[in-house]
Formats: sequence, C-alpha cells, structure tokens
Amino acid sequence: MINNISLIAANELRRLFKSPLAWIILSVVQFLIAIFFYLLLSQYMQPSASASGLTDVVVSGMYQISGVVMLLVSPLLTMRLITEERRLGTIKLLISSPISITELVLGKYVGITLFYCLMLFMISLMPASLMFGTQLDLGQIASGLIGVLLLMSAFASIGLFISSLTNSPTIAAISTFGVLFLLWIINIAGTNASEGMAEVFAYMSLLKHYTSLLTGVFNSTDVLFYIIVSAFFIILSIWRLDAERTYG
Amino acid sequence: MESEILISVQELSRFYGQQKAIENVSFNVHRGEILGFLGPNGAGKSTTMQIICGVLAANHGSVSIAGHDIHEAPRLAKKHIGFLPEQPPLYNDLTVNEYLDYAAKLRGIKKEDLTESINLSKERCGLENVGSRLIQNLSKGYKQRVGIAQAIIHSPSVIILDEPTSGLDPIQIREIRELMRELGEDHSVILSTHILSEIQSLCDRVLIINQGHIVLDQPLDQLENSSDKPDSIEISLRNPPALESLLGIEGVASVESINDDTLRINLNSESNVIDAIVEKAASDNWGLFKLNPGDTTLEAIFMRLTHGDNEQPEKEDDAA
Repeated sequence: MINNISLIAANELRRLFKSPLAWIILSVVQFLIAIFFYLLLSQYMQPSASASGLTDVVVSGMYQISGVVMLLVSPLLTMRLITEERRLGTIKLLISSPISITELVLGKYVGITLFYCLMLFMISLMPASLMFGTQLDLGQIASGLIGVLLLMSAFASIGLFISSLTNSPTIAAISTFGVLFLLWIINIAGTNASEGMAEVFAYMSLLKHYTSLLTGVFNSTDVLFYIIVSAFFIILSIWRLDAERTYG
Repeated sequence: MESEILISVQELSRFYGQQKAIENVSFNVHRGEILGFLGPNGAGKSTTMQIICGVLAANHGSVSIAGHDIHEAPRLAKKHIGFLPEQPPLYNDLTVNEYLDYAAKLRGIKKEDLTESINLSKERCGLENVGSRLIQNLSKGYKQRVGIAQAIIHSPSVIILDEPTSGLDPIQIREIRELMRELGEDHSVILSTHILSEIQSLCDRVLIINQGHIVLDQPLDQLENSSDKPDSIEISLRNPPALESLLGIEGVASVESINDDTLRINLNSESNVIDAIVEKAASDNWGLFKLNPGDTTLEAIFMRLTHGDNEQPEKEDDAA
C-alpha cells in the first residue's frame, strides 16, 4: 500500500520536474512573493508603522498573500493530474497494474502535496532570513505554515477531483479556478443574508479558517475543516475513477 | 491441448449506455497458446481485451486470470497480466529506462530483480541502444516496442496485445512475430490484429468477433486443413482468351475478370486443374506472366462471417 503510493507520488514529482512548468511556477511564485515580502518589510520599517510585531506584519502578511498566489497557481499544477494520464493512455497501464484506484489517487495527491511543501519551504526561506537580525515568534510562524499547507492540500484535492472529471487540462484548470475562487469568497455571499445564513456561508469559506491560523490561533476545528475537505474530494476522485470502469 | 487454463472468460457482456459493445462472449485460453483475435473495426475486440485486463468492468459475466477473478481479487489477477493497449501507454517525457523502471515497479517486481528484468525485456524488444533516449524522440516503431517491453517486463503468464504490429516496418514486424512466438511457448498470448497473415503465421487458435458476438472459435490447423490447394487462383495473361475457353477446362467452377489482363478462377478443389490451366496457357500462347493463389481459407471465412448477408458479390462492371 505505502510502497505503491510512494511509487506513484515519486513518479508524479519526477515528471513535474521534467517539464518546465514546475520550474517556472516555482520561480514565478518565488519572485512575486519576494516583492510582497519586500513591500511588507519596508512598510514595517517606517517610523509611523503600527504597534504590531514583526511576525504579525511581515510573516503572517506574506503567508496571507501566498494563499492568494496559490489560488491562482494551484489549478495549473493540478489540471494535468488525471487528464494527462487519460490523454496519454497511461491510465490503462496504471489500472491494469496490480495497484488499487485508492493507491493511485492517494499517490497523485501525495505527490502534488509534496511539491507544495517544497514551494512553501522556498517561500519560508525569506522570513527565515530575518532570524539573523531579530527575534521571531516561531509559534505563530509554525501555526501559519500549517495553515498554508492545509489550505494548499485542500486546493490539491479539489483540483485532483476536477481533473478526474474531464479529458482536457484547460477545462480542468478553469473549473478548478472557478471552484477555488468561489470557496474563497463565499463568505461575502452571506453578508446580506440573515445572521444564521451568513455564519454558514462564512464557515464554508476556505479563507476564514486559514486567517485564524495565520494569527497564531491554533483551533483544531479549523485544522479539521481542511482535513475533511481534502478527504471528501479524495474520496470523490476515487469513486469517480472507479465508476469510469463501469460507465465510462 | 490439456494444459492449464490461464484465461477464462465467461458470458461477458458490456454496454456503453444503450449501445451493446459485446454480448455473451465466452472462451478459454490455455498456457502455451496464442489466440488471434480478429474482427472488423468496432466489433468489440478492444472492449473485450480491456475487460480481461480490468481496465473496464463488465456489465455481466466474469473473467478469471490464472484462477483469480479479476473483479474479486484484482491485485492477484493483475499480477499475471501484461497489457499493451491500442495506443501504447507511454510517458513522453521519460527516458526508456526510467519508463521501464516505473512500469516494473508498478507490476511489483522486487528491487533485486529490477535491473535484470528491465535488461531482459529491453533485449527481447531490441531496445538496448535507446535506453537513455526520451520516449518522445523515438520513432513510432520504437514506441510500439517500448509498449511491448512494458507488457512483458514482469514475465506475466497472460500477455494481451492490442494490434501489436501496427505502425511497424516489415523487418520489425518479423522480429516482433518472432518474439511473440517465443513468448507463446510458456505464456498465454491474446493478440488482436487486422492482418490475416499474421494470424496464420503466429496463432494456434483464431477467434472472430463481429458486432459483439463470437462468430468463430477454432484451432487454426483445423481451419487450414483444406488449404493445401487454394479455392481460387488469380492469373495474369498478356493475351487473355475468351472466358468460355477457360470454363472448358475441367475443374474450373467459374471465372471473373478483375481487370484487363487479370482473371480470378474459382476451382473445384479436387482436380489438378492448375496444371491444366498452365498447359493450356502455354500451348495457346496466352502469355501467362503471373499466377497467385486467391483468397486463403481464413480470408474467405472472415469475409463470409463478418460481412454475412450484406455482402454483394462484385459483378462484372457492365459499364466498362
């Protein structure tokens, strides 16, 4: 079980780095976030800056922005997960091999999540460089890191599921972007509704649970929220691929 | 053949929505047998092969591979399968070595046997010199060979190849046939093809499928028993005589002209009619320059079974 999952995850990572896509995404994301990091830092250095701490302004601010950048980039990374296997016909190789569809889907998910971890590591090098000059709130950073990682893995599972629905990477990318964006801003939809409904909409938003983690509030329901979202879409992907053998 | 049954297909049916792809297909394949799968386009060959490999699920019926049901115990059953789909399942951005390594690991080959099995399957498919090349830069024939290499890498007892020789040049076709003959000695091989001569030179048994039904399932040697003498011949003559003078020869059943100088002569297979035709051609100065056997038995059977009632025998063109 574990062997097969790591085999598929490793192949996924290897093939990602064989294409220019992974390298370009890594460098573009790094570049964009470096700009934001610089802006946040210079804002903090100004004498008129607010009384909040360095970690609050710079590090959490940067992770906040990272979430938005990831929202834009993630569909491009997940679009080819299943669609490409279909297009190349390699899905037949995978399914006629002695591995289960669950292992296949989990392998894909682990592979792309590992790529996100790498991306997050690269980004985190920037705030880490501040540690040479000053003291950071490591607890808050850790909580923020967990928040971004959970957010990204939710993005990955949603993208994986949508990729399992179609043959075309472009359609997968656009639909994934639409769904992620909707889940991000859904709390706005609730602002005009009654108080009860507003709370429900706000609770469904991917953004809300992540903001509290960024501020250092480690609430287990927030963590659970992302884990449930990921698990839900992973299970849907497994069902979808399984059903394809019967109805496809 | 009394050896072990490796593939057992029972009453398989599969529908795509309302459309029936195959219905009530049953057959067995023994160890050491090469089964040729024949049928017109869209007859259900690929569907059947994909169901046997577990890529598609059947609506009814069961498949068991080396005694393991593909649905109940997929992991055990699939260990014994090597499958080459119609489009070889290749990752274009990997090298041949990387790809075969991945395919071998997917099939659960142990680490210590990995290099050996990769090398063996590369050697068998003639891929020794392209191991470090990217798959996308290979020619179609080489891609097809990589596809075959991944199907045999774990020396499965059941090898299923969907049109393995398509896109290959004649030399490669001969090599691949040689390979399949070798594999057929201790494995079960199912291969589908459009090429009738391939079945004749390779297979022990032929299975013709048409519109989702099996219309023929017979060992090839039974089919070919009567084929020492052809049912018809095609002759090309520089000075073709009137058709009536040919009909006068004993044993000639009928004559049709194919074009200006080529005739098809249908024979009553009993007599030495070809001798007589050649003698007459020489003595009457017809200018015989070519003589070919006509449709082989298998071809005739195939045409009869798959075209069935809607076949209109070609009449001589009156307009010409």
